[in-house]
Amino acid sequence: MNAYLVCVLVLAAGTYVFRLAGPVLHGRVELPARVQELLTVGATVLLVALLTTGAFTEGQEFAGWSRPAGVLVGGVLAWRRAPFAVVVVGAAGATALLRLAGLS
Amino acid sequence: MRSSDRTDDPVERTSSGGLVRFSELPPGVLRDIALVLVADAVVGVSFGAISVAGGLPLWVPIAMSLLVYAGSAQFSAVALLTGGGGPVAAAATGLLLNSRTAAFSLAVADSLGRTWPARLVGAHLITDETAAFVIAQPDARSRKAAFWISGIGLFAVWNVSVCAGALAGSALGDTGRFGLDAAFPAVLLALVLPALRDDGNARRAGALGAVIALAATPVLPAGAPVLLALAGLVAIRRKSPDHPERPGSSS
Repeated sequence: MNAYLVCVLVLAAGTYVFRLAGPVLHGRVELPARVQELLTVGATVLLVALLTTGAFTEGQEFAGWSRPAGVLVGGVLAWRRAPFAVVVVGAAGATALLRLAGLS
Repeated sequence: MRSSDRTDDPVERTSSGGLVRFSELPPGVLRDIALVLVADAVVGVSFGAISVAGGLPLWVPIAMSLLVYAGSAQFSAVALLTGGGGPVAAAATGLLLNSRTAAFSLAVADSLGRTWPARLVGAHLITDETAAFVIAQPDARSRKAAFWISGIGLFAVWNVSVCAGALAGSALGDTGRFGLDAAFPAVLLALVLPALRDDGNARRAGALGAVIALAATPVLPAGAPVLLALAGLVAIRRKSPDHPERPGSSS
C-alpha cells in the first residue's frame, strides 16, 4: 500500500481520536467546576505557548527578529483594542517592512 | 448568500431544535472570523503550493487537508515527507503536534451541541482557531454560534485554498516576504487577550507555560514544547470565595 496514503490515514485517524475526547466524554462524566476551570485555563495556556513559540521559533531555531517584532506590534494594537483587521495588517506589515529593510 | 446555505446545514441543528444563527454572535465577531478566514486562505494556498513544489503528488495535500485538517501538523508532516524523514516520522510528529487538540476538545465540548451527529461532525472542526474563538465568547449561545460558524467557514476555506495552492504549484514565490508568518501568532494573541485581561490565573499560567515552551523548543521534538507548557498550570492560585480574583471584570 502507498506509504503516503498510510501516513495520511494514520495521522487522520489519530487526530480524530484526539478530537473526539471532549465530545465523547461530555455529558457522561460530570466534571467538577474546578476541573472545568482548569481546562479553560489550560486551553489558554496552550494557545499562549503556541503563539510564543510561533513568534520566536522556526523549527528548532530562532526565527529572526522581524517576526516577533511584528507580533509585538500586533499585540500592542490588540491591547489598545484596535480592530482585528488592524492587528493582522499591523503585524504582517511591520514584519514585511523590517524584512524589506534587511532584518532577518 | 453565505447565510442561506450555512443556516440550513443539518449539522448546525442542536438538541433544542434550534439552529445556530449569525445574529447570536456579538457584533464584530463575524468580522473577526472573516479576517481569520482570509488569513487561513493565504496559509492554505501556501501549504498546497509547498507540498506540490516539494514533489508530493497532488492528492496528498488535498487528502491531508480534508482528513487530517490541522495546519501545523500538515506543514510538519509535509516537511518530513519531502525532506526525506519518511512517512512514519511524518505521522508521529503530526500526531504529537495534534495531541493538544484533545485538551481543546475537552475545553470546547460544551459548545458543539448535544446530538451525536453534532458531536461527531463538530469534533473534526476543532482547531486552534475555533477553540480560541469559543473561549473568547461571553456566554453559551454565542460560544456555540462562534464554534459552528468559524468551524464550517474555516473547513471550507482551508480545503478550497489548499486545492488552489496545490494546482497553482510553485508559481507563488516566497510568502515570507509578506510577513504573514507574523500574522498568525498575532491573531492568536488578539484572540487570547480577553481571557488574559480578565483572569490573573490565565496570565500567570500562560506566562510560565510560554517560558517553558520556548526553553524546550531547541531540545524537544516539534509539538512537545507546547504540551509541556501545561506545566504552567502550577502557577494557578486557588480562588477563595471571599477574595474574588477578578475585580469587576465580567465583560
